[in-house]
Amino acid sequence: MAVKRRPLRTKILLHLGLVPFLIFALFPFYHMTLTSLKTDRELYDRAAVPLLIRQGPTIEHYQKLVRDTGFLTWIKNSLVVTLLATTLSVVIGTVAAYALARLRFFGVNSFGTGIFVTYLVPTSLLFLPLAQVVNWLGLADSKWSLVVTYPTFLVPFCTWLLMGYFRTVPKEVEECAMVDGATRVQALLRIVLPLAVPGLVCAALFAFTLSWNEFIYALTFTSSSEEITASVGVTMELVRGDIYFWGGLMAGAVLSSVPIVILYIFFLDYYVSGLTAGALK
Amino acid sequence: MAISGVRGGPAAPRSGLRVRELLDHERFLGPAFVTPALLLITLLVAYPFCMAIYFALSNSFIGRPSHFIGLQNFVTLWESDSFRQTFQNAFVFTGAAVAIKLVLGTTLALLLNQQLWFNRLIRGAVLLPWVIPTALSTLGWWWMFNSLYSVVNWSGIALGLMDPPGPNWLGQKYYAMTAVIAVNTWRGLPFFAITILAGLVSIPRELYEAAEADGAGPVARFWHVTLPLLKPVMAIVVLFSTIFTFSDFNIVFVLTNGGPINSTHLFATLTRQIGLESGQIGQGAAISLYLFPVLVFVVWVQLKFVRRQVY
Repeated sequence: MAVKRRPLRTKILLHLGLVPFLIFALFPFYHMTLTSLKTDRELYDRAAVPLLIRQGPTIEHYQKLVRDTGFLTWIKNSLVVTLLATTLSVVIGTVAAYALARLRFFGVNSFGTGIFVTYLVPTSLLFLPLAQVVNWLGLADSKWSLVVTYPTFLVPFCTWLLMGYFRTVPKEVEECAMVDGATRVQALLRIVLPLAVPGLVCAALFAFTLSWNEFIYALTFTSSSEEITASVGVTMELVRGDIYFWGGLMAGAVLSSVPIVILYIFFLDYYVSGLTAGALK
Repeated sequence: MAISGVRGGPAAPRSGLRVRELLDHERFLGPAFVTPALLLITLLVAYPFCMAIYFALSNSFIGRPSHFIGLQNFVTLWESDSFRQTFQNAFVFTGAAVAIKLVLGTTLALLLNQQLWFNRLIRGAVLLPWVIPTALSTLGWWWMFNSLYSVVNWSGIALGLMDPPGPNWLGQKYYAMTAVIAVNTWRGLPFFAITILAGLVSIPRELYEAAEADGAGPVARFWHVTLPLLKPVMAIVVLFSTIFTFSDFNIVFVLTNGGPINSTHLFATLTRQIGLESGQIGQGAAISLYLFPVLVFVVWVQLKFVRRQVY
């Protein structure tokens, strides 16, 4: 792709080519938000145009969601689980990644391979026996079971990602500090970690997103309304026998996505780089 | 041999100072640093995996002592229609979804690789389906495919593409499979597009200039320069996506829960239905173990070909 000015017409055609992709990507979110803001009367009027709000937007569904359901508890549970699992995983991942990137010791290569294999193990392969382990640990139907189990897929991811970042920090910088009398741990804390801040931010963001979005473990290990997370609560508890639940359901789905959307808007570039690094590094 | 004086020597620590010195030694610091991760993986990944194998070989049932029954679970599964249907679904679903994602993802990556207006905004929009919780966005699709109020059908009819009332997406066999494949494509396309885009960006510009100087048109440049150089990246993306598509749970669980009549069940959703809802843990574990050969294959290819440079 030589750098030359393309004629305007080609450029417009290019953008037109992107339109179907953008509609495909964004339309579900538009429609979910729209549904959550419509009155029931308009929502279930089969003659109405589903793409617009004609009878005025309403926040009725959101009010009902917050007032009449356990939604706020579910969000709180999601936050507790996500923040704890993320912190735990980033710390464990950081030390493991440092060991893999820098230290030579017995079994280091097998450990690296083990981490990589674990990274590829899908959660749907293990949820059945893990439910038994959770029972034995006395954590059945408790959000703490999620704090304990989420690191199983977060730690391999964080380790893998951070190992790449640690390798980009020149060894010499660290060695200089150690010649000046710093221990290895001090060199890690004061020299390597500050240089790897982008990697740490990226690992934390992805760990947060992956645990916020996790569904199968949360669905299997927790069930009472006081312990479930937002995605399980919205999916399992807002669908009632009565058929006119769509407004509230969409309101729940939209509102539970807000924390991720906020992070996403502020850290878009980290998401892009983390996505490729996770697969390519 | 005298213990003192050897900095970081393998001596037993006697004081705080010794511990500090010991931590300076790679042979001790390394294992100390990997222990937390190793414990976690052993207790909550390796051990449950062994349990899955044990369950699969037993007639384990919720609240009942179990006995070793060998491969009986696997034989029973092969004789059941729902399992055979699931087996077939898994391959149709994965094959179709990964192929569509590869073609559309490459197209999208090529478009994104051009100089665009609002570049950042467009990338942000394209990546969005990948970051929003899948279970929740699938609820949105569930509503879009609703039998009475489907906006997909409304739009199709308005554009003259469908005859009213349009298909009952989630109630008919082939339409339901199409729907789950469509949602999986929607969710996974950003991963393909963004990763392949990273591969595109890394292709040296000189190669295109040389090809252009030799008289190669845009199509020839794509087939003879872009595609061969993208192959390694595509291979990784396809391998990753194969595992995660094959083991998909969220989309099918929310959209169809395996129906109508098992026509969209995947291994993960059938595992839940048999292993948890019906309580037949042994059979459920046997179903989930069908994910394992695919995992082994992908790991083997990755370790052998793709990641040779790392280890």
